[in-house]
Amino acid sequence: MAIDCSAYEVAGHYDELFAATGKPRKAAKPLCHYLNKLSDEDLQERRSSVDLAIMTMGITFTVYTEGSNIDRAWPFDVIPRIIPRKEWERTEAGLKQRLTALNLFISDLYGEQKVIKDGVFPADVLAQSKNFRPQCVGTTPAFGVWAHICGSDLVRDKDGTLYVLEDNLRVPSGVSYMLENRQVMKRVFAELFEDYDILPVDDYPTQLFDTLAAISPRPADYPEVVVLTPGIYNSAYFEHSYLAQQMGAELVQGSDLVVGEDDCVYMKTIAGMSRVDVIYRRIDDEFLDPEAFREDSVLGVKGLMRAWRKGNVSLANAPGAGVADDKVVYAFVPRLIKYYLDQDPLIPNVPTYICMDEKDREHVLANIDQLVVKPANESGGYGMLVGPHASKSEHKKFVELIKENPRNYIAQPTLTLSTAPTLCDGRMEPRHLDLRPFILQGESLSVTTGGLSRVALRKGSLVVNSSQGGGSKDTWVVDMGEDA
Amino acid sequence: MLSRVAENIYWVGRYVERAENTARLINTTTNLLLDLPRGIALGWAPLVNIMGVSQEFYQNFEAPSERNVLRFLICDERNSSSITRSLAGARENARTLRDVLPREAWEQINDSYLYVQSQAAGGLGRRSRFDLMRNVILRCQTIVGLLGGTMSHDEAYQFSRLGRNLERADMTTRIVDVSSADLLPKQADDLKPYANIRWMTVLKSLTAYQMYRQHVQVRVKGPDVLRFLLQDRFLPRAVVHCLGNAATCLQGLPNNDATLRTLGRVRRRVDDADVYTLATTGLHEFIDDLQLGLNDIHVAIAQTYFGLDLPGAMTQAQG
Repeated sequence: MAIDCSAYEVAGHYDELFAATGKPRKAAKPLCHYLNKLSDEDLQERRSSVDLAIMTMGITFTVYTEGSNIDRAWPFDVIPRIIPRKEWERTEAGLKQRLTALNLFISDLYGEQKVIKDGVFPADVLAQSKNFRPQCVGTTPAFGVWAHICGSDLVRDKDGTLYVLEDNLRVPSGVSYMLENRQVMKRVFAELFEDYDILPVDDYPTQLFDTLAAISPRPADYPEVVVLTPGIYNSAYFEHSYLAQQMGAELVQGSDLVVGEDDCVYMKTIAGMSRVDVIYRRIDDEFLDPEAFREDSVLGVKGLMRAWRKGNVSLANAPGAGVADDKVVYAFVPRLIKYYLDQDPLIPNVPTYICMDEKDREHVLANIDQLVVKPANESGGYGMLVGPHASKSEHKKFVELIKENPRNYIAQPTLTLSTAPTLCDGRMEPRHLDLRPFILQGESLSVTTGGLSRVALRKGSLVVNSSQGGGSKDTWVVDMGEDA
Repeated sequence: MLSRVAENIYWVGRYVERAENTARLINTTTNLLLDLPRGIALGWAPLVNIMGVSQEFYQNFEAPSERNVLRFLICDERNSSSITRSLAGARENARTLRDVLPREAWEQINDSYLYVQSQAAGGLGRRSRFDLMRNVILRCQTIVGLLGGTMSHDEAYQFSRLGRNLERADMTTRIVDVSSADLLPKQADDLKPYANIRWMTVLKSLTAYQMYRQHVQVRVKGPDVLRFLLQDRFLPRAVVHCLGNAATCLQGLPNNDATLRTLGRVRRRVDDADVYTLATTGLHEFIDDLQLGLNDIHVAIAQTYFGLDLPGAMTQAQG
């Protein structure tokens, strides 16, 4: 029994490809038609060619355990997620709007702090921010842009509304999988690409390079751009090496770089020291420079902050950009968009209760069993409470935690993430997913076409992280030739 | 190119070559022991000396028995030159070079390491040892072949070739040194059958016996073997040949003056060696001197290209 799209069940959640049980959305019809025609053997054959393609293309992520490295193949689902172009254009505009406002906000925080003086953003929140770097105050990066690369996570609730769940402004990863997923699909499902007008994704490395080159302190020369990686044991090393290759940039580690007496950054090459203009750094702020931040860091470069403050090297993202990557700041983003751009947000935030606000806090404490409670500065789902799935004692624990340190917590209603059909043991079943587009800002703004769709492969699971049973799908933005 | 990348790929070249030579040495010695008459005690100790790891060995083992020596040379974690450690070293270096090395070469390195890890214990007994060693040799040759046949012959490639040739020259001097040492007090053209066999072993360890027969066309005699292994321009494992290759690699790299000068000095010393005298006296001292010279070349490379002030030892600096 091959795939039967008419048996695909939609109940209690929004599905990306099906309007109702057995009823594909318009954009998904050609796909369903194609899938229905595939026999079990066809399907099996495609599945194995996908595995083979992933193997030979070397798409892996790294799991480090007990002294030996394992490169695991990246779990990939063959059924694409489809987004009509018209819909995507709205999302794209919303993402650009958001990053523009965030960069104005970061600039303001490290400059005049008007947003605080005007009473839009509370000084208390800034005072307790873990990612605010006093070392950055008074610095003005090129174009006033601090976060050059942003990965924003989008989710859709059961009524179909698309929300921004969070903005990753530190070292967001995943874009290489987005690019590789498309390559795999093109190899294996070439016929499908004939039925659809699928917008390409592969200009991302060029856009990334252009964004980085534009912020070079020596714009006249051909800039030396490098990718700074913590090294092979980092789980995103594959991506660092992939992006360096695609951009034709050197992949460097901290030990390859030195800051000279002239406060410029050089890399050690076999022909001697060679000046570096732009560093796309994939290591966290704290490890960047043992002179300015953590003294015990061996990943960074001594004197890097000095060179950056003097304007002799550009860092992307700029140190301190993470101040806006904070769940309490997140709650203020709609207000920041209004304040800086005098616009209404095009993509809404998930409604968020800020525990430091007394009225919000009372609501959170009274409804803790209904809400998702998140700490302000953690990522990757650490230290979270999912109210409806937690025990009484966990509720109690979080009530205490919130009372103790209200600044550190926010709460949101529990969302029912949308689903998309996913191939599970030869059957098509709904699985929850999110979407991470990547937004670039330098001299100009650009957004990836679609993004990385991460899918929770376990039934009912909402966890999309690759280390916890998550996988990914190719994401198609398709031109349907009319309004969506 | 980055100094770190150059250094890593240089060590890939060295480690792969080291693993291969160790495997050759073990196979040849095993064969020789089967041939020697009883009462001629060659034993396994010379192998430990050849690899320059006697100190580490005797710290951990009392007697150089077959089993102890082989364990130490094949899979002992305490021996930094064991086959498993060499291949692990090649793999660790190659891992950071995934964007530089052809994918097939990386896979072959990774796979060879995993193979030896899982099979090493089998090499301790004589029965499966030959196959294991032969596979190590073939796998190492495959890695070299993949690099040469699929990688652009750019600067990165020159560094792998540089590492390989220096390691090879070094191993050749070691094999010449120890395997011949016991013979030297005797007459160079001593015709005792076992003496002959010993020189043949030296040749065979370097897979040079057949080539010797083709090109030298005389009976296996000390001075001729020495000349062949040290000074022959065409034998790929002869010291002069390896140094010539290394010089070619260096000529394609920037800032090569100092290193080429050091290399030239060592090469002249080998070219000028009087093999007739050396066959009877002073070989060990000569080889010692030669090895110091090879180390000088290594230090010059490290200082010029890797930006490191390495101590004398030819092991990889950590960190």
